[in-house]
Amino acid sequence: MASTTRVQLFDAGAMGNLLQVMASSIVESHPDSPIILIGIERRGVPLARRLAEIMKNWGVQVDVGTLDINLYRDDLTMVASQPVVRKTDQPADINGRDVVLVDDVLYTGRTVRAALEALNDYGRARMIQLAVVIDRGLRELPIQPDFVGQRLETTTDEVVHVRVSEIDGEDGGWMETVST
Amino acid sequence: MAKRDLLGTEGMTSDEIVAILDSAEAFREIAERPVKKVPTLRGKTVVNLFFESSTRTRTSFEVAGKWLSADVINVSGAGSSVSKGETLLDMARTLDAMSPDCIVIRHQASGVPQWIARHSNASVVNAGDGAHEHPTQALSDAFTIQQHKGRFAGLKVAIVGDILHSRVARSNVHVLTALGSNVWLCAPPTLIPPAVEALAGSGGACLRVTHSMDEAVADADVVMMLRVQFERMNESFFPSTREYARLFGLTPQRVRRARPDVAVMHPGPINRGIEIDDTVADAPCSLILDQVASGVAVRMAVLYRLMAGA
Repeated sequence: MASTTRVQLFDAGAMGNLLQVMASSIVESHPDSPIILIGIERRGVPLARRLAEIMKNWGVQVDVGTLDINLYRDDLTMVASQPVVRKTDQPADINGRDVVLVDDVLYTGRTVRAALEALNDYGRARMIQLAVVIDRGLRELPIQPDFVGQRLETTTDEVVHVRVSEIDGEDGGWMETVST
Repeated sequence: MAKRDLLGTEGMTSDEIVAILDSAEAFREIAERPVKKVPTLRGKTVVNLFFESSTRTRTSFEVAGKWLSADVINVSGAGSSVSKGETLLDMARTLDAMSPDCIVIRHQASGVPQWIARHSNASVVNAGDGAHEHPTQALSDAFTIQQHKGRFAGLKVAIVGDILHSRVARSNVHVLTALGSNVWLCAPPTLIPPAVEALAGSGGACLRVTHSMDEAVADADVVMMLRVQFERMNESFFPSTREYARLFGLTPQRVRRARPDVAVMHPGPINRGIEIDDTVADAPCSLILDQVASGVAVRMAVLYRLMAGA
């Protein structure tokens, strides 16, 4: 019998604190240039909006955009079901700007690779950085985050997800292990 | 895995239609980028096989395929091996031997795309067969309506003109009734196919036929004009072009009978001065050029649906 154990990594309050700390380090590393936060569909989008809200509260100028990476995936010929393509929305010209990609969980790095390729089609940013709420390791590509909420050591049979109230009705981070 | 085709809109559920329209919304954005190309269909081959002349549909499929990074090859019926006496089946087998992933076909005879689909390993898209169906045009028209009206349920859509020869009308009736619009077909009795009411399907949506243009356009949300297809008329369907224009042409006076925010559409090419008045074709209420832009987005969505992923 397979059974699933579900462990909560952080609750809504702790997640708010993680985002606060991330927003703070992003702002500190860009003292002069106004940045663009780009959320990767789906959960990166509300997370980017929340980071921007925190920054705006501090009086920091920030633009927010969304990016759908499905058209740039490297596994389109292999995935079982066809991914739903969502709308990409770039608020401003990214040429010469500092861009921070925002996503919920960093795992293999393949989503980020696709996002980098997609961004390239919109222009040449001055720099692109990566902010993730959870870095669970197990990279399959040479990609590392610049801003991390929480680092986690995991194995491939574990499932890690961040839930956001805008999509899932609640905030928090969870890890699931299926044991046989 | 079974291959997927798009042969017609008859029998498509509203869920399937809405899924295509939703992804078309995402693809529309690509037209606004500095680099109008995504790598999604890299390495896929699309053959445009057109046995009838076409500018907008063929170009639209070509642009859609190229923006998705597919290799698009155009083959026209005139000058092809079919004109040298090869049968359609032999030509289909020959093309199939080159392993295309998708064949987009237009043919003057109804049923040819369905028949090619049975004999080919490629996904087949019907780009217009005889007077039967033109599914991507109807989906583009629905996308254009969605962009401007934001809904389908309860809209009065008048489709006016040469219904008899129009595959666009048939495909549009299937799509719009599936989405809950009230469709009015208007034409002289000679240009209405018999038993056309049966097209509405069982969805309970409303499909009406009238021979009075004034009745058709009264309070309409959308007026879709059709071209008089003189090239398909081997007999006389109405006394004179002038009389047709007077009774069934869309004039500014008739536009004013429709709702104030009416959208005027036409699948093109238009016969100015016959089914549509110059001033109407170029008026702000005319969405004729929006329909062309929608066509590329919808065809990208269709090619993605047929070829990307499993």
